[in-house]
Amino acid sequence: MAIFNLTVNGNSKQVDVDPNTPMLWVLRDHLDLVGTKFGCGIAQCGACTIHMDGAAVRSCQLPVSAAEGVKITTIEGISEKGDHPVQKAWVEHDVPQCGYCQAGQIMSAVALLKDNPSPSDEDIDNAMNGNICRCGTYTRIKAAIKTASQNV
Amino acid sequence: MTLIDKKLNRRSFLKVSTLAGGGMMLSFSWLAGCKPTPEEVMTMPEEWFEINSYIKIGDNGVVTLFNPNPEFGSNVKTSLPMLLAEELDVDWKNVLVEQADFYPERFDRQFTGGSQGVRSAWTPLRTAGATARQLIVNAAAQTWNVPAGEITTSAGIVEHNASGKKAGYGEMASLAGTLEAPDPETVKLKDISDFQIIGKSKKNVDGTKIVTGKPMFAIDHKVEGMKYAAIVHPPAFGMQLKSFDKSSVTSMPGIQDAFEVNIFKDDYARNFFDTTTFPTIIAIVGNSTWEVLQAKKNLKAEWEKAPKSEFTAAGFRGNTTQVTVPEGLENSDTHKAKMAEYIQKPGNILRKDGDPEGAFKKAAKVMERTYTAPFLAHNTMEPMNCFADVRGDKAVIYGPTQAPELIRQTIASSLGMPQENVQINLARMGGGFGRRAYSHHMTEAALISQKIQAPVKMVYTREDDMSAGVYRPTYSATYRAALDENNNLLALHVKAGGIPESPIHANRFPAGALDNYLAEGWQIESNITIGAFRAPRSNFIAGAEQSFLDELAEEMGKDPIEFRLELLRRAETDPVGEDNDYDPKRYAGVLELVREKSNWSNVPNGISRGVSAYFCHNSYVAEVVDISIKDNQPVVENVYAAVDCGIVVNPDAAANMGEGAIVDGIGNAFFGEMAFENGAPTKTNFDSYRMIRHKEAPKKIEVHFVESNEAPTGLGEPLFPPVFAALGNSLYKATGKRLYEQPFQPKLMEMENLRM
Repeated sequence: MAIFNLTVNGNSKQVDVDPNTPMLWVLRDHLDLVGTKFGCGIAQCGACTIHMDGAAVRSCQLPVSAAEGVKITTIEGISEKGDHPVQKAWVEHDVPQCGYCQAGQIMSAVALLKDNPSPSDEDIDNAMNGNICRCGTYTRIKAAIKTASQNV
Repeated sequence: MTLIDKKLNRRSFLKVSTLAGGGMMLSFSWLAGCKPTPEEVMTMPEEWFEINSYIKIGDNGVVTLFNPNPEFGSNVKTSLPMLLAEELDVDWKNVLVEQADFYPERFDRQFTGGSQGVRSAWTPLRTAGATARQLIVNAAAQTWNVPAGEITTSAGIVEHNASGKKAGYGEMASLAGTLEAPDPETVKLKDISDFQIIGKSKKNVDGTKIVTGKPMFAIDHKVEGMKYAAIVHPPAFGMQLKSFDKSSVTSMPGIQDAFEVNIFKDDYARNFFDTTTFPTIIAIVGNSTWEVLQAKKNLKAEWEKAPKSEFTAAGFRGNTTQVTVPEGLENSDTHKAKMAEYIQKPGNILRKDGDPEGAFKKAAKVMERTYTAPFLAHNTMEPMNCFADVRGDKAVIYGPTQAPELIRQTIASSLGMPQENVQINLARMGGGFGRRAYSHHMTEAALISQKIQAPVKMVYTREDDMSAGVYRPTYSATYRAALDENNNLLALHVKAGGIPESPIHANRFPAGALDNYLAEGWQIESNITIGAFRAPRSNFIAGAEQSFLDELAEEMGKDPIEFRLELLRRAETDPVGEDNDYDPKRYAGVLELVREKSNWSNVPNGISRGVSAYFCHNSYVAEVVDISIKDNQPVVENVYAAVDCGIVVNPDAAANMGEGAIVDGIGNAFFGEMAFENGAPTKTNFDSYRMIRHKEAPKKIEVHFVESNEAPTGLGEPLFPPVFAALGNSLYKATGKRLYEQPFQPKLMEMENLRM
């Protein structure tokens, strides 16, 4: 166990955990930020996507020891009132079915639009291919990203 | 006016306070995460008045509606309250929706599966809304001293025109809550033409919570003092626990205990949804998920081959059956070889019309094709998990389940306490697809909590989840057609089976459309457990049948849609046999609609097009799939679906589910496969089990609904089965090769340098 000082959603947080603990479990079990989801544990499904200094990363593969000194953002932190253009577009297109993967999808989409405010279909395909949606909402995800790109 | 079903269960229309033994108090917002936000509190009434099991009205006119059914993504949490709101006659803007807990004293059918949510709720929930509306009217009549029959309602306002009196529902709710509920059989339901809410798209009531990451799933739940648990199950079907070394984990940091969990009591008679692959598992309990997962990797356990076992189980319709679980470590190669043997043997005759044998004897030509598909894992995005707090003689279970009623019996038996002491609260599920009808994960969590006498959250890893069984079975279907010298169809024969069940629906199309028809089934027993998977059996047999009909149409020189319509005309005008369980006219209707919407005859340049249609879960669906080959890769460009599911309650959400079913079908047709070596699943995570991803989804999906005044039928499943053949038939057009084996991707890779 060791003490780690983290910056999560702009807040300073301290946790005392095994240095190998993935950020996924630090967020979920220790910081009670459960919007970030566990899906596969091997960076294959994208449900656990968060931002590290604005870039999308799979938190199941990010040990807490590598998360000090960087800015961590989770789904709970991308907007104060749930009104990020991507979140609004998701509601407008009524994207979710079960909803479990959507936080990860949104985190990937937000990172994409930050780097590339007007992505082509192919850009969206490439950025979103790491996020599985078992309910199959991909066509709505793409439409929502296009709507959001008008408003970022 | 719609007459209501006289068999309605009256308890749904009563207030819980009037119910015997009131049971558990209704738990509004018992989850910390569901507490109203400050913005919501602004609109909260000072007092709520309970009108009936489903409806509470606040003094300010805000309405709370309960969704009784478990939500796994089919959006019942929005569509069922829409039924209540319609007949209650309120403005949807003033409605709050709460998920009901499992509460059989209040609600009739808290089950999600078989695409029956809206269909089963259609009359009862509308009636519950209408009786509540009548109570408001009666309260106004009493207050204003005017006849109830002269009172009208609209959007949450009750009004007496002659006297000019008018009030919001909130003003009448206090009195309405004390009045005796009217006999539901005397309550009038709205005419379809008067609907204000049904048929108008409403956003998912949980949309904002989902996109902001609010805790909604059992896996998100946490209480003070809660422990975390991981499980370890045998590495293969046909294996069981021999022994394990507890000290291999209890010395590790954060680990409290490790112990065996036996899911069933010895004398317990299993119910239909008690399918459990491994009745004995090991539980590891500790202070955090990561710590129990580390211990799981370190656990030293010995496994041994399990002997053949037998147990009694309740059948689907109340019949008790003796279940035999054979011993042995099974292999996919052996499965394939065995299925090939069964194709050659006579099966059980399930339906026979005319003289099929005679027709085949005199046939000028016989076309025979065999189709196969592998086992499939459900792979819900949220792995199996459950929160349980079992202390003393009380159990509170919060978990993802499609079937709380049956699992409560199991949990009560396994914990050794009366059912009334087991409270099941319904979590939103991160997918279900049939898998969570089998809720042994809840029993496991309950037993772990009981053992440690503390609240616990148990979580399966993806590997646990994918290797725990309850799969879609592997199937095989052989179709034969007898043709005369002029290519007229004389007879059709289908023989289909699987491990361990047959996929045949013997009385469905094309039965009824052919003078000579024979359907046979067979099955091979196995210790690999199976369960309902989105449109059970239909999800395979539709693909086989509709691929065969496509090839047959080609052989007969007919347009594939016109050929199907010819058969359906025969079934409509001069049906063969008596038990045909489809309506040929509605079936033809979706084919005609998809022909129009896809502009069937005008295939765009570079597009290869396939069609398919199927009836299941009381609904009719036809689909056209357009593909192109780009850079040697098949690309699904467009999918057109035509659906007849009666009245569509929430059109945009219905389209969403249809789109999802289509994507799901395309993914499983291309890639879906679970295989076995020496009893062990060969795929245990998404690195090897290929799921459809964003790039592979269709570029465009259009879901068109037939305009209908029929009561709603199934929707979650019916769009899934037809996709397999529509895709296969379009791939044939593109490649010139028919695909008989699912998944398609390996065969496609062998063709023309195709890549996938």
